[in-house]
Amino acid sequence: MSEIALRPGADIAVARTATGWKSDTMNRRVARRYASERRFRAVGLFAVVLSGGFLAFLLISMLIGGARGFTQTELKLTVDFPSIAAGTTAEALKGPQADETIAALDLETLASTAATAGYGDGSAALLSDGAWLKLRSALKDDPTLITRKAVIWVPASVDIDMAAKGKGDGEHKKIVDRLKAQGNLHTGISTTFFTSADSTDPTAVGIWGAFKGTLLTMLITALLAFPVGTLAALYLEEYAPRNAWTDMIEVSINNLAAVPSIIFGLLGLAVFLNFFNMPRSAPIVGGLTLALMTMPVIVIAARNAIKAVPPSIRDGALAMGASPIQVVFHHVLPLAMPGILTGTIIGMARALGETAPLILIGMRAFISSPPAGFTEPATVLPVQIFLWSDEVSAGFVEKTSAAIIVLLVFLMTMNATAIYLRNHFERRW
Amino acid sequence: MIKASQKMKARDVNVFYGEKQAIRNVSIDVDTDNVTAFIGPSGCGKSTFLRTLNRMNDTVAGCRVEGSIELDGEDIYSSGMDVVLLRARVGMVFQKPNPFPKSIYENISYGPRIHGLAENKAAMDHIVETSLQRAGLWNEVKDRLNESGTALSGGQQQRLCIARAIAVDPEVILMDEPCSALDPIATAKIEELITELRGRFAIVIVTHNMQQAARVSQRTAFFHLGELVEYGATGDIFTNPTQPRTQDYITGRYG
Repeated sequence: MSEIALRPGADIAVARTATGWKSDTMNRRVARRYASERRFRAVGLFAVVLSGGFLAFLLISMLIGGARGFTQTELKLTVDFPSIAAGTTAEALKGPQADETIAALDLETLASTAATAGYGDGSAALLSDGAWLKLRSALKDDPTLITRKAVIWVPASVDIDMAAKGKGDGEHKKIVDRLKAQGNLHTGISTTFFTSADSTDPTAVGIWGAFKGTLLTMLITALLAFPVGTLAALYLEEYAPRNAWTDMIEVSINNLAAVPSIIFGLLGLAVFLNFFNMPRSAPIVGGLTLALMTMPVIVIAARNAIKAVPPSIRDGALAMGASPIQVVFHHVLPLAMPGILTGTIIGMARALGETAPLILIGMRAFISSPPAGFTEPATVLPVQIFLWSDEVSAGFVEKTSAAIIVLLVFLMTMNATAIYLRNHFERRW
Repeated sequence: MIKASQKMKARDVNVFYGEKQAIRNVSIDVDTDNVTAFIGPSGCGKSTFLRTLNRMNDTVAGCRVEGSIELDGEDIYSSGMDVVLLRARVGMVFQKPNPFPKSIYENISYGPRIHGLAENKAAMDHIVETSLQRAGLWNEVKDRLNESGTALSGGQQQRLCIARAIAVDPEVILMDEPCSALDPIATAKIEELITELRGRFAIVIVTHNMQQAARVSQRTAFFHLGELVEYGATGDIFTNPTQPRTQDYITGRYG
């Protein structure tokens, strides 16, 4: 026995020549190893720089194009309210019938008259189609205006707006230069863009309608997908027996996470609209549809996070006499929460940018007022961007870019919140 | 061999993992006055058997237990036995210290809290203090009860785990190689602690270290290949074993 064990070793020692650790072959081998390492690092760095460059290009081009979308050119208008008052008193504009009284006034004509009076014939074209809305809100704010002349800044027409921002034709440019020299025209940050909804006139459009629609839709998605996804993952990880059924469920969930979103749109259309007869274009339906889409992503992320909780913690809690549900809610879930939140935010971010399924359930409609509730017609930011990018009028180009900026800011805020929450939970545990 | 104060009584216990039999016909008694040590080579089933005593093996898929194990005359595998209360009465300390990633205070108070053992904050403070004192950890951690339990050293963590088990006021404490991840000084402290806790709790300790078994236990059970080869007073097992297999193991012929 001992002889056999010794002999092969002896043979090898005789057969092998000493390894030349300092030989040229070895040096070349070492040099090659260093070279391949350097190549790998260079390629990796190139990839990072490339993706960073794309991101920077996207952000910078959006900012340049979109910054103008937040501004609006306004024209100074001296309005002679008493000329159309016809006996309407300031008191009538304050009373319970205020809205009807204002509606009865011909503010559109008043606006064009004021423009003609101030800037000559044909000057009504200088005004935005929605200029009279500004007069209406001015009257609402201060009913006593009806008894006197007042100076009000109203939005200028698209052509003037474009010319003022350096993109118009020569004729309008001249008008703008003249008006600016007189101090009757200025371009400033537009609150309209943040407070109003869609419109056919680019000078009157706002992002608030789509933004609120997105908020409501995301709220439904989060409220549904997060608890259901987390609980499903908990059940599958902690309670479900391992058998053919759970294997099938696991495969199905993985497949669902990869299903194109438009299919979920069709599903939402068939189930929520056609079967349950829920309101078309409503945030609740959009939220439900997006929740269906987000849930598999959350389930997968949550299962991985739950799997990563060390078994020793589970054993420790069980051995203390914690019931399975106490183990889950006191130990496993808090430890898995950072991972679950990360998965949820990834899923939500995908849902936030989703357009196709929402178009199918009717959220691409022209919605000119912000949704008041979950069942009111609404649209969302990406769909709004899609709709505006399809418009012919030049004024919509910058509005589209501005809307993209709003969407990106929303997205980044969401991600920042997720990172904050994750770090917060990780510190505590 | 069997004393009147016996706490747990196992009779003809067989444990299977699927088709594989891990424990064969083991009968053993555990009492409060003595520390019982389970020794034996790796894979002999001593840890498996320990885990049947508080049904921690329930969590292992495909694990099946036959025979009877009684705690104060009550079969712990009967349908009337509540496994949550069983584990509160039969506490466990693991091989690797596994404090919860919470504060030291919360680590100790967790068990009493879920079992409703403290009426108010003062009672809970009392439980936390006495448990840490009994585990010999109080003086080291009394000023930092709000720090994380995972920030302690390995030996302190293990004593925290023992304090955590004591806090529930169990009747039996099972220790699964509690010192195998610790250095000699920390090990000595744990052994000292085991000696102090003897008489108050029935203690069963699984160990690879025969010197440790000789130092801390009064009764020793030698397991081999899933069988209980010999069980008796620790002195007898180490100096005068009746079975040749025990003799071989004690003298280092295998294991």
